[in-house]
Amino acid sequence: MKKLFNSKFLSLYITIFLFFVLFSIGSVLYTGFFSLQTFLNLFIDNAFLIISASGMTMVLLIGGIDISVGSVIALTCMLSAYLLELKGFNPVLVMVLMILMGAGFGLIQGCLIHFFKIQPFIVTLAGLFFARGMTAVISTDTINIKNKLYTDISNYRIYLYDKSFISIGVVIALIVISITIYIAHYTRFGRSVYAIGGNEQSARLMGLPVGRTKVLVYTYSGVCYAIAGIVFSFYMLSGYTLHQQGGEMDAIASAVIGGTSLTGGVGYVFGTLFGVLIQGVIQTLIMFQGTLSSWWTRIAVALLLCMFIMIQRLLTIRKDTGRKAKFNTGKKAKQLKVKA
Amino acid sequence: MANNEAVLKMNGVSKTFPGVKALKSVDFKLRAGEIHALMGENGAGKSTLIKVLTGVEELDSGEIYLSGEKILAKSTQQAQELGISTVYQEVNLCPNLTVAENFYIGREPTRYGKINWKEINRSAEQALAKLDLKIDVKQKLENYSVAIQQMVAIARAIDYKARVLILDEPTSSLDKNEVEKLFIIMKKLRSEGMGIIFVTHFLDQVYEVSDRITVLRNGELVGEYEAESLPKIQLVAKMIGKDLDILSNLKKDANKEQNTNANDTFMSFNGVGHTGTIEPFDLEIRKGEVLGLAGLLGSGRSELARVIFGIDKADSGEIRVNDERANIASPIDAIKRGIALCPENRKTEGIIGELSVRENIILALQARNGIGKTISRKEQERIADEYIKLLNIKTSGKEQLVKNLSGGNQQKVILARWLATNPDLLILDEPTRGIDVGTKTEIQKLIIQFAERGMSVVFISSEMDESLRCCSRMAILRDGRKVAEICEDELTDRNVMKSIAGED
Repeated sequence: MKKLFNSKFLSLYITIFLFFVLFSIGSVLYTGFFSLQTFLNLFIDNAFLIISASGMTMVLLIGGIDISVGSVIALTCMLSAYLLELKGFNPVLVMVLMILMGAGFGLIQGCLIHFFKIQPFIVTLAGLFFARGMTAVISTDTINIKNKLYTDISNYRIYLYDKSFISIGVVIALIVISITIYIAHYTRFGRSVYAIGGNEQSARLMGLPVGRTKVLVYTYSGVCYAIAGIVFSFYMLSGYTLHQQGGEMDAIASAVIGGTSLTGGVGYVFGTLFGVLIQGVIQTLIMFQGTLSSWWTRIAVALLLCMFIMIQRLLTIRKDTGRKAKFNTGKKAKQLKVKA
Repeated sequence: MANNEAVLKMNGVSKTFPGVKALKSVDFKLRAGEIHALMGENGAGKSTLIKVLTGVEELDSGEIYLSGEKILAKSTQQAQELGISTVYQEVNLCPNLTVAENFYIGREPTRYGKINWKEINRSAEQALAKLDLKIDVKQKLENYSVAIQQMVAIARAIDYKARVLILDEPTSSLDKNEVEKLFIIMKKLRSEGMGIIFVTHFLDQVYEVSDRITVLRNGELVGEYEAESLPKIQLVAKMIGKDLDILSNLKKDANKEQNTNANDTFMSFNGVGHTGTIEPFDLEIRKGEVLGLAGLLGSGRSELARVIFGIDKADSGEIRVNDERANIASPIDAIKRGIALCPENRKTEGIIGELSVRENIILALQARNGIGKTISRKEQERIADEYIKLLNIKTSGKEQLVKNLSGGNQQKVILARWLATNPDLLILDEPTRGIDVGTKTEIQKLIIQFAERGMSVVFISSEMDESLRCCSRMAILRDGRKVAEICEDELTDRNVMKSIAGED
């Protein structure tokens, strides 16, 4: 029983444990590291990543992948800036339009993936190029956002305790990840996602609506990316062609470090939150260290990724050998038969 | 006990796949409250029949009636709603979900859109308890043995208010106790009036639970029989396609193996086995003989071949080649000792369709020589030409892509590939499956010729005729064990079938 319990949540436990270890290391090594605000800053700086990684987690759970994330965020920022500053659109209308755009983007990608049976990697690679290209078409120069609502939101601080605060982006991020957790673990739709990710053929034979679920997952993640884009534009207050280049990889890395398997069907959305925080804490550590280039963050994340993929692999290997052993004892009962 | 009311009736069902007529106007009748075994060798049409019935494949012609009503399921989901539930050979559940979830997925009880986990866990537990299965339903399915997963699949199938339950090879991964448990459940369901279609390769199990047996062969209906009035040996005869009464008196084919110099042993096995696939066996392969491996599908024929060729490393016993202890741990070791294997599955394990005939023929030779030593283009062309001529491969040229050849000629290319390495021992696993009759005879003749020249051949075939014609000796396998060895004098179909069926 104990062993079973361990393997089910092991990845998740390791992630959470690792986060606290890293945070403790920082607190011991650097003065001023250990504070509530340092912790909250992890959320403030990575609010958009929490949102995009939530969407990404759903896509990975169904056994797909989406690499258009960074570009969609960039396009959202640029389009928002363009509509607000050069066209004078109402800011609320802009946000609604962005969410609709994200949904449409995801819907089209999902349909291409499902109905034309194209690999998700290729479809979303096209999406990546398309969105990035559109961003440059709108403007190759940076457009700064000076809209009052946007700057107000950007500067607004929600004080939690003493002088520690979070931004509105953090609130949005926590709402999105909570909704994602609810969908993944407490609805029929979410369970279908896990089932399809576990074994699509079985899911179809069990009578689950495979196509609908797949398309909806990509649509949902599209919405997440658009919201991430909106939050990112609060954070950056600009639209720029090169915003979030490689952002898709951060989202995938967060989900994987959080314990989601790239093969689908395994993982917890909650883990993704810690996947994001771990990347954030490494960044902060390197910042406090002072002499290392910020690119060391990437190297640390690379090592972490390798480690987590190894852990997942080891867990599955252990399970497989465990099953084989069972089969062999069955064989002693003389009733041996192997699929020819 | 079985009344005569047919719960399921299939009339004149036909299905054609590109190139194959998988079902030729087959009739099938299932009564309420009976267990009906569906029997036949590989390619007999059992799985196609089930696929047509459950809406996985569309039928070309024919009608299906469920309780007198004409039905046409277009998907498994529809079939399920009509009352036809299927449990497949490979457990078709999601291993990453909990037992309870697997039980209820797609129809979870919800409250305001939120899944009612308590309700799911409670009722799944109850449903499983009905089958005497007391397990923690909150654990992931993959944490349980295949046997329990199978039980969960059955419980799920029954829960759909099924009138017809199809069990496709449900026992292949269960041990004896588990099988017995399953049979108790099957009998219980039968007494409740459910019609059960039972597909299996285990003859003993068929007789243990079945009321009636339908035999298919080559997509055609052989007949429907009462289990009690059909002796086991007759059943095997019907499956393999030989009528014993006519043939048992027939003499063996005259052209069969005259080589009497075949007494030197090429390879010997002493207590060799591979855990999980084949139990320890003793076997001798002599020079210049065609040794047949016989047994029903899944009896361990191919598995034995895999051990000889080093795909599965033997984990017990001793292998000797030319009276010298040999450690064969991989196909490379086997190739180096002059062993060659033509695998069963031509498409996935044999040919490389995108390469030319010449390149396919050269492959094994190249592998044996190692990558460093290249074979000159001239030499390659000479070898290719030689074998195209020798085996009479019908191709427009040696640069033709193999995927464009017919099945029989593809098989010849594979044969050529291994012959090019000049093997001392050639293992052929179903070399003539899916090949037209003319080419079949050609290949059989070639095999006998090679043996006459001193090559040893291990020959695996599901077709009794063919084996009897080619082989000078046969080893019989049943349930992963070698159960008998029949030498030429006693090599008659009656003897072979007796051994296969396990009747003494």
